[in-house]
Amino acid sequence: MDNKLLEVSGLTMRFGGLLAVNNVALEVNEQEIISVIGPNGAGKTTVFNCLTGFYKPTAGQVIYRGEPVQQLPGHVISRKGMVRTFQHVRLFKDMTVVENLLVAQHRHLNTNFLSGLFKTKSFKKAEAEGIERAANWLERIGLAEFANRQAGNLAYGQQRRLEIARCMMTQPSLLMLDEPAAGLNPAETDELDELIVELRDQHKISILLIEHDMKLVMGISDRIYVVNQGCPLANGTPKEIQSNPDVIKAYLGEF
Amino acid sequence: MSKSSFIDALIASVVMLILTSWLLGLQLDNQPDGLRIILNDAAHTTWVIVGVILVFFTQLFKAPISRVFSGIKSKGQDSGFKLPAPEEKPTLYRFLTIAALAGLLIWPFVASRGAVDLATLTLIYVMLGLGLNVVVGLAGLLDLGYVGFYAVGAYTYGILNTYFGVGFWTALPIAGCLAALFGFLLGFPVLRLRGDYLAIVTLGFGEIIRIMLNNMTDLTGGPNGISQIDKPTLFGLEFNRRPSSDEATLFHDFFGIDYSSTYKVIFVYLAAVLLVVLTVFVINRLLRMPIGRAWEALREDEIACRSLGLNPTIIKLSAFTIGAAFAGFAGSFFAARQGFISPESFTFIESAIILAIVVLGGMGSQIGVILAAIIMTILPEMAREFNEYRMLMFGLMMVFMMIWRPQGLLPMTRPKMEMRNG
Repeated sequence: MDNKLLEVSGLTMRFGGLLAVNNVALEVNEQEIISVIGPNGAGKTTVFNCLTGFYKPTAGQVIYRGEPVQQLPGHVISRKGMVRTFQHVRLFKDMTVVENLLVAQHRHLNTNFLSGLFKTKSFKKAEAEGIERAANWLERIGLAEFANRQAGNLAYGQQRRLEIARCMMTQPSLLMLDEPAAGLNPAETDELDELIVELRDQHKISILLIEHDMKLVMGISDRIYVVNQGCPLANGTPKEIQSNPDVIKAYLGEF
Repeated sequence: MSKSSFIDALIASVVMLILTSWLLGLQLDNQPDGLRIILNDAAHTTWVIVGVILVFFTQLFKAPISRVFSGIKSKGQDSGFKLPAPEEKPTLYRFLTIAALAGLLIWPFVASRGAVDLATLTLIYVMLGLGLNVVVGLAGLLDLGYVGFYAVGAYTYGILNTYFGVGFWTALPIAGCLAALFGFLLGFPVLRLRGDYLAIVTLGFGEIIRIMLNNMTDLTGGPNGISQIDKPTLFGLEFNRRPSSDEATLFHDFFGIDYSSTYKVIFVYLAAVLLVVLTVFVINRLLRMPIGRAWEALREDEIACRSLGLNPTIIKLSAFTIGAAFAGFAGSFFAARQGFISPESFTFIESAIILAIVVLGGMGSQIGVILAAIIMTILPEMAREFNEYRMLMFGLMMVFMMIWRPQGLLPMTRPKMEMRNG
C-alpha cells in the first residue's frame, strides 16, 4: 500500500529493568481510525509518548511519511503533523479559549518581531485569519459563545473538545487521542464519536486512539491493536478482535 | 466565648510571655568583669505586658474577629476589582494613557527637586518590574538573579564611559544588547530547570555577577565602584555648570538661561519617562503577539506546548533575553542618574524587591506592575520616620497582600478577541 502514513516496527521502551513496551508494531494508513486497547498499565500511553518524541524509544523504528522520526524532539515531530492529546486535559487554563487555539497556530501566524511591534498590515491579516480559523472550530465544537472565557472554567466535556480543536489548529495529518472519552457522559461520548468520524471523513486525517470505552472503539475503528503487558497481543478489525480468545481472556472479558 | 477559647487564650499569652520575656525583658550588659544578663528597663517590661494582654484578648475573641474579617474578604471577592480588557473600553484606556502621560510630563515642573528625583528612581523600578514581568509573570520562569542583568547594564555604561568616553545614548543600546546576551547565556544552562531549581541557579548567577564586579578591581574598581559617570546629554548639550571639554556645549549657554542644577534632574527624569513609555509600548505589543502568547502557554503547560509544535527552548531563551535587555536599559540609566555605581547597589535584596513588585502588582499585569513599582519605591521613602521598622512594615504589607489579594493589586486581564459572531 502506498498510502501508509505511519509505520512502527519493533518499538521497545525500557525503563531500567522494566520493559514497558516490547516489540510493538503499528501501521496507520491515510484516513483511518486505528485504536490501541489493552488493560491498564499495558503500555499504551508509553507507546504514544515514544511516537510523539516525549520518550526516546530504546529500540525500534517509527517511520512517518517514509521518514524516520524516532529520535526527533517532540515539537519537531508535532510540526511534521503528528499531534497528540493527553490522558489528563492539558489546556492553558488561565488563557482564554480563543487564545488556546491561537497558541496552537503559532507556526501559521506572523511571528516577525518588527511587524508585530508596528502592527503591520500582514501581521493584522495573519491574526485575523487565525481568529477566523479559531472561530470556525469553536462553532463546530459548540464553544463559540465561550471564546473569551478562561479555558480552565469550562465544563470537563467542553475542555476535552477544546483540546481536540486545539490539536486541529496545528493542521495535523495524524491525530493521536489518549483516552478522549474518559470522564465523558454517554451523550458526550456520542458527540465525540461523531467528531472523530468527521475528522476522518471531512478533514481527511488519520486518528490513532487509545480508549477504554469499547462501544466507542468497536463502533468507529477501522482496525484495532491490542497491547498486553507491553507486548502486542493481536490486531485486526473490530469483529476479529471481539472474537479473539486471547483478547477476551486478557482484556475484554466474556461477553 | 467558650471555655475552650479561654484556655486557648491563656496558653497563647503564656507562650507569648515566655518568648518575649527573655527576648525583650532581658539584656546583655557589658560590665568590666564580663557580660552580665540584667533586667531590661521598665518601658520594655510595660510593652511586654501590653503585648501579652493584647494576645490574650485577640485569642479570646478570635471567632467574632475572624467572622468580621471573613465578611470583608468574601465581599471583596464578589466585587473583586478587575480592570476591563483594553478591547472592551478603548476610550477609557486612551483617556487613561493620555492623562498618565500628561501627568508625567507636568510633574517635574510642579514638584520639588527631591520629588522629581524620586520619580526618576520609581521609573527605573517600573522598567525593571516590567522587564522581570516578562520572565516571571508571563513565561513563569522564577528568576531571582535579575539584578545581575541590571548590573551588567549599569557597568556597561560605566565602563564604556570612563574608559572610552562613550555617551549615554550610544551606550544605552549597547548595554541593553550586552545584558540581553547575558540573559541568553544564562538561559542555556537553565533550560531544563523549572520552579525552585531555576530560582536557585538564577540566584547564583546574580551573585556571581556581583562578586565578579567586586573582584575585577582593574576594570570595575572593585568595591570602590566607578564614579563620575556622565549624565545623559540632550543632542550633545551638557547639563553641567562647566563644560567637560572644550568643544562641549552647555544647555544653559545654548538657550541663554542661567545655570540651575534642576534642569539636569528634570532632564534625567524626562529621559526616564521616554524609556518607560517605550518599554510599556514594546512589552504591550509583545503580549499580543504570538511570542507573548507562547510565553504564557509555556507558563501554563510546557508539555502541551511541545505537543503543539512550539519549541520550548526558543520561547524560554527569548523570554530571558528580552527580560534581561530591559534590565540592561534600566541599569545603564541607573548608572547615568547616580553618576556612581558599585557592587553594593546590585545585591540580592534588589532582585527580591523587583520580584516583590511583580508579585504585588499581579503577575503578568502591566498596569499592576507599574502601580506596585510606584508603591514599593515611594512607601519606603514615606516611611522613613519608622526607620528600623521599615522592613517590618514591608514584610507585613506583603503578608496582608497574600491574605487579601493573592492575585496581586491589579491582576492581569485576558485580552478580549472580537469573534465574527460576537
